[in-house]
Amino acid sequence: MDIILQPWPWYIAGPLITLVMFLLFYFGKKFGVSSNLETMCAMGGAGKFIGFFNFDWKKNGWNLMFLGGAVIGGFISYHWLTPEVAVVVSQETIQELSELGFQNVGMKYLPDEMFSIETLFTLKGFSILLIAGVLVGFGSRYAGGCTSGHAIVGLSNLEMPSLISVIGFFIGGLITTWFILPLIF
Amino acid sequence: MKNMKFLIIGVLFGIILSKAEVISWYRIYEMFKFQSFHMYGVIGSAVALGIIVFYFFNKGMIKSYVGKQIEIEPKKKGFSRNIFGGIIFGLGWGLAGACPGPMFILLGRGAMAIIIVILGGLLGVLLYHAIKSKLPH
Repeated sequence: MDIILQPWPWYIAGPLITLVMFLLFYFGKKFGVSSNLETMCAMGGAGKFIGFFNFDWKKNGWNLMFLGGAVIGGFISYHWLTPEVAVVVSQETIQELSELGFQNVGMKYLPDEMFSIETLFTLKGFSILLIAGVLVGFGSRYAGGCTSGHAIVGLSNLEMPSLISVIGFFIGGLITTWFILPLIF
Repeated sequence: MKNMKFLIIGVLFGIILSKAEVISWYRIYEMFKFQSFHMYGVIGSAVALGIIVFYFFNKGMIKSYVGKQIEIEPKKKGFSRNIFGGIIFGLGWGLAGACPGPMFILLGRGAMAIIIVILGGLLGVLLYHAIKSKLPH
């Protein structure tokens, strides 16, 4: 039980993610999370305005179930499997983020400076979260996949489009972390 | 219910990503700052093993549960869509510290502010499909 309660190292987590991917393909499906966002838009009636969303979203019900399971998995791990909520980040990271004005770096999974309810109710805090979401949603469908579909499945299948996308993910992520975060914090 | 097994696989996925801390904003920051090997180890080992699994799938040595060849739908070709879409995604990934899967896992962990990120994600998807005919692919 102790081993389960500890944070899991990369060499356990990585192969287990492969297992999840294996199970989805074995049961005749695929591993791609961001397409669920399209399914949700279609469910919500977006087809009335944008023709693309007039697909039969019920055929993606299995993927919504998978996503619902992920929510439950988060709930279970938070309440029963993670006695210690601190994330052990490097000293360098703590120092850098402190200089940007972040307090209690790594004490929780998410920094209060971005995700606390108080931050959410400020214009800046709300805008950052909303814009971040828009970029992720827009970019994932433009590229045709996110971390699961491109970085895990596409690279595993040695696909050139996925390699290009993952390089793109990195260019974008590097720009945000190195240049944009210091500008907005 | 026939989709129940996918719910269970999803629970497994949620627990793995949660326990490995890859849903932490700090882990994504560290990754893009090259200050920790953790994320590279997670994704790298998943892909390394995935290459072997997909080799068996593509050679037909592992069949699906009903004994059929496992088909992996190829990704859409096109430099512009992949590089520009990728960069836009990356800009958001670095900012939110979460990609679509972790957003929902964080929701399960009770992080209420993530709802705004998810709403943004849905808006982004709507926006893409509204203007995609004007974009280079």
